[in-house]
Amino acid sequence: MPHIRVTVDGVSYDDQVEARRLLVHYLREQLGKVGTPVGCDTTNCGACTVLMDGRSVKSCSVLACQADGHDITTVEGLSSDGDLHPMQRAFHENHALQCGYCTPGMMIAALDLLRDNPDPSDDEIREGLEGNMCRCTGYVNIVRAVRDAAAVLRAQAAAPGSEPRAGVPPQVTPDQEPARQTASGGAAS
Amino acid sequence: MTTAPEAPGTDQVGSPRLRKEDARLITGQTNWTDNIQQTGMLHVAFLRSPHAHARITSVDTSAARQQPGVVAAFSGADFAGEQGSLPCAWPVTEDMALPEHPPMAVDEVRYVGEAVACVVARDSYAAADALEAIDIEYEPLPAVVDMEAALAEGSPLVHEGSGQGQGSNKAFVWPFTAGDVDSAFEGADVVLTRRYHQQRLIPAAMEPRSVVCRPDGDAFTLWSATQIPHILRLMLAMTTGIPEHKIRVIAPDVGGGFGSKLQVTAEEVLALLLARRLRKPVKWTETRTEGFQTTHHGRDQIQDVSIAADADGRIRGLKVDLLADMGAYMMLVTPGVPVLGAFMFPGIYKMDAYSFSCTGVFTTKMPTDAYRGAGRPEATYAIERIVTELADEIGMDPVELRRRNWITHEEFPHTGVAGLTYDSGNYEAATDRAMELFGYDDLRAEQRRRRESGDPVQLGIGVSTYTEMCGLAPSRVLGQLSYGAGGWENASVRMLPTGKVEVVTGSSAHGQGHVTAWSQIVADKLGVPFEDVEVLHGDTRVSPKGMDTYGSRSLVVGGTAVVEACDRVLEKARKLAAHMMEADEDDLEFTDGRFTVRGTQSPATSVQEVALAAFAAHDLPEGAEASLDADATFDPENFSFPHGTHLCAVEVDTETGEVRLRAYTAVDDVGTVVNPLIVDGQVHGGLAQGIAQALYEEAVHDADGNLVTSTLADYLVPTAADLPDFTTDRTVTPSTTNPLGAKGVGEAGTIASTPAVVGAIVDALRPFGVQDLRMPCTPQRVWRAIADAREAARSEGGQR
Ligand code: FES
Ligand code: FES
Repeated sequence: MPHIRVTVDGVSYDDQVEARRLLVHYLREQLGKVGTPVGCDTTNCGACTVLMDGRSVKSCSVLACQADGHDITTVEGLSSDGDLHPMQRAFHENHALQCGYCTPGMMIAALDLLRDNPDPSDDEIREGLEGNMCRCTGYVNIVRAVRDAAAVLRAQAAAPGSEPRAGVPPQVTPDQEPARQTASGGAAS
Repeated sequence: MTTAPEAPGTDQVGSPRLRKEDARLITGQTNWTDNIQQTGMLHVAFLRSPHAHARITSVDTSAARQQPGVVAAFSGADFAGEQGSLPCAWPVTEDMALPEHPPMAVDEVRYVGEAVACVVARDSYAAADALEAIDIEYEPLPAVVDMEAALAEGSPLVHEGSGQGQGSNKAFVWPFTAGDVDSAFEGADVVLTRRYHQQRLIPAAMEPRSVVCRPDGDAFTLWSATQIPHILRLMLAMTTGIPEHKIRVIAPDVGGGFGSKLQVTAEEVLALLLARRLRKPVKWTETRTEGFQTTHHGRDQIQDVSIAADADGRIRGLKVDLLADMGAYMMLVTPGVPVLGAFMFPGIYKMDAYSFSCTGVFTTKMPTDAYRGAGRPEATYAIERIVTELADEIGMDPVELRRRNWITHEEFPHTGVAGLTYDSGNYEAATDRAMELFGYDDLRAEQRRRRESGDPVQLGIGVSTYTEMCGLAPSRVLGQLSYGAGGWENASVRMLPTGKVEVVTGSSAHGQGHVTAWSQIVADKLGVPFEDVEVLHGDTRVSPKGMDTYGSRSLVVGGTAVVEACDRVLEKARKLAAHMMEADEDDLEFTDGRFTVRGTQSPATSVQEVALAAFAAHDLPEGAEASLDADATFDPENFSFPHGTHLCAVEVDTETGEVRLRAYTAVDDVGTVVNPLIVDGQVHGGLAQGIAQALYEEAVHDADGNLVTSTLADYLVPTAADLPDFTTDRTVTPSTTNPLGAKGVGEAGTIASTPAVVGAIVDALRPFGVQDLRMPCTPQRVWRAIADAREAARSEGGQR
């Protein structure tokens, strides 16, 4: 069985995994990180989206062993010290969730979207979240939440001395963007 | 104008409180059934039929049992003596065919995906692997896919000898007539007949179905992603013979239902039986593909509709003839869905006569059952589409035609032709508001311009003025309709010694925000802080009595039970407070959680102080109990009737058939609003599903009965990129059938939007002679309709 070292929400793990085990199943069943749910078997729904080295991937389309050496952030790692991440707060304040099943993946995909485009139009948000399905909300409030979160994050990035928090992707403008790292087959977009 | 403050005289009720539910959901502290782990838990995988119809000639599970990690493997025959038959709670007619429905097929399979065997293993990967080692042989039988072919003479039978009158695939015929339909049609200036197809849909809640069952001695705890923990417990007991009091059902966090989790499923029954046989906790979670094949489907009707009217547009009568696809078996409310719709075809219109007949048909497909709206979207689609066609036929604006026929606001309460008494409504107000927000006249002007200039992108406007029956349901009426249960709801309200409040509701939420809404109601009633209210639900041990969540019933029925329980708590509190304050009960006033003696300056006593005094019980008045709690069961006298006006504008590219939703305005009247944020959210989500039926979604089977659209890649659940922003607003005409004045909102958007969208597309294409389109209106279908209409016009022109 392959041996992996992976950091998940700030904790490092050293594990044996079955070669075929999907990252999402490793997270849920081996680490108990059940905040990240599974919604499909064809990489369409986006419920399982997590950040790998700051970029969103669908964790149902990445093998656990492909995460070897990488840094994973799940929904459970978005808030720090009880402080909600601006994206979480925006989802709450805009009533952007009902059952909440799509919410972890939706928020994470939205973070990745804002990393590429910190000030998206509504249409750009809609296009950018095309890989994530929600059956409850009709997306209206999700779009509003992402718009609000974008404004907060832009203001934070503009504030002098702002430090990105642990586990949360820093706000970088596209021209500063580091080389995109993705495991093969794992891109969420 | 009925737009009023959203709950006059109250504080919490009517305010857009952010949801209490969110804190866990946005941080991943969730408790989905699939998250549940139990010591020694085993995982179940099902082998499923690849045939739509076949005889099972042999099953051999012995090799599967030898696979690593496999604890057991069973065929249907191994459970034949104990698995019973999956229940149908709604035998709509006395002679309805009700074939046996074993949770695991024993002799014959009747749809692709029907469970035939299972493996129980130490993990889900091992269980899935071992399925391949099961040796099973089938003798294929002819598939029965098309409803009309199924009814034709000589069709192969889905169930030998169990159809109505034997030897047929007809499951039942349910007729209804009111008024003299023949004379309504004979004397009419205009009679229109249309055939509408309600395609088969897949509810597709984002959380897959999942069940965990743990044996506890001779009792069982079963967690399930279900809308109906209470009904499920009852039905599990009745199906398996395990005594009801030995089964505890818990619906933990449930990720959406839309009717699909209003079911008693094969996997739930088998999880219980496997836990009993193996004495170990077991878990099963469906894959999405498995779920698309085996979680019940929705809609699937052919509607033959005729409307008769005078030349001035007055509707005289309506005839509806339905074929409803039951699929292979009768599940929990399979036959009841079209019957529920029967009462809604007349919509908001006055007419002299109405006849309805529904024929339930067996096919070798997954059974249909409740899907958001359940019967009412189908009815609303038919009436709203044909009323629009009638307007076109007599050359009248579709809104004007509706005005001439709808019940005016002075006419409520109004008993319509189908016998339902609509308690309240104001169709004029909702329509006026919607037209104003939508810019109806401007869009009509633009439509004219585009038509005149021959713009390749044509504009169409769709109108839907719907009502629906919600608040399911008066138990008496359900009894008259042969439904197997009542429609009441239960609540209890307990004030704890510290003044905090526990509310127990029998209505089990899965995204609707009950915890927040019920907290608002209780905070207002008892005058306690919103934060001090805890709402408990979804566990038959915690909330022993309940009828669960469906049919836009929770607030109307369950919320009213909460109100009544609060009233009883206050009645008790008043007695105690009078005793504590040495005053006469009748002299006490209660406002903002405090009792005061009318006309005196004496200090107030808070309801929290009363709760503590009740608990201490040191000095209680004669006959008082040492607690401040009460419960209530509410059974509504009548349904509630939300209504509204939805207007949709589409741009149709006549060269490519592409449809773009340009604007969508929904003005709904759902009565008193407890939380406008939640109500808007329900409308948005409902609209998305109704629009999806119009434009995107269809469960397609091939001629052999295989589900072709078995993944989210093939079955087009819309994403954010496929939908527009919506303009929503409300009018408020409180319901008079419950003390809250609420009407229900869970299904309104879905019910209203489908005919608005299709009506808009047809409206855009009227100049080409298009009168109808099959749903979903894909670019291919729209383009084909234009091409066919042009072709027809050309050949007609050629003949002249
Ligand atoms: S679970 Fe659906 S995309 Fe991963
Ligand atoms: S909130 Fe239920 S799926 Fe998005």
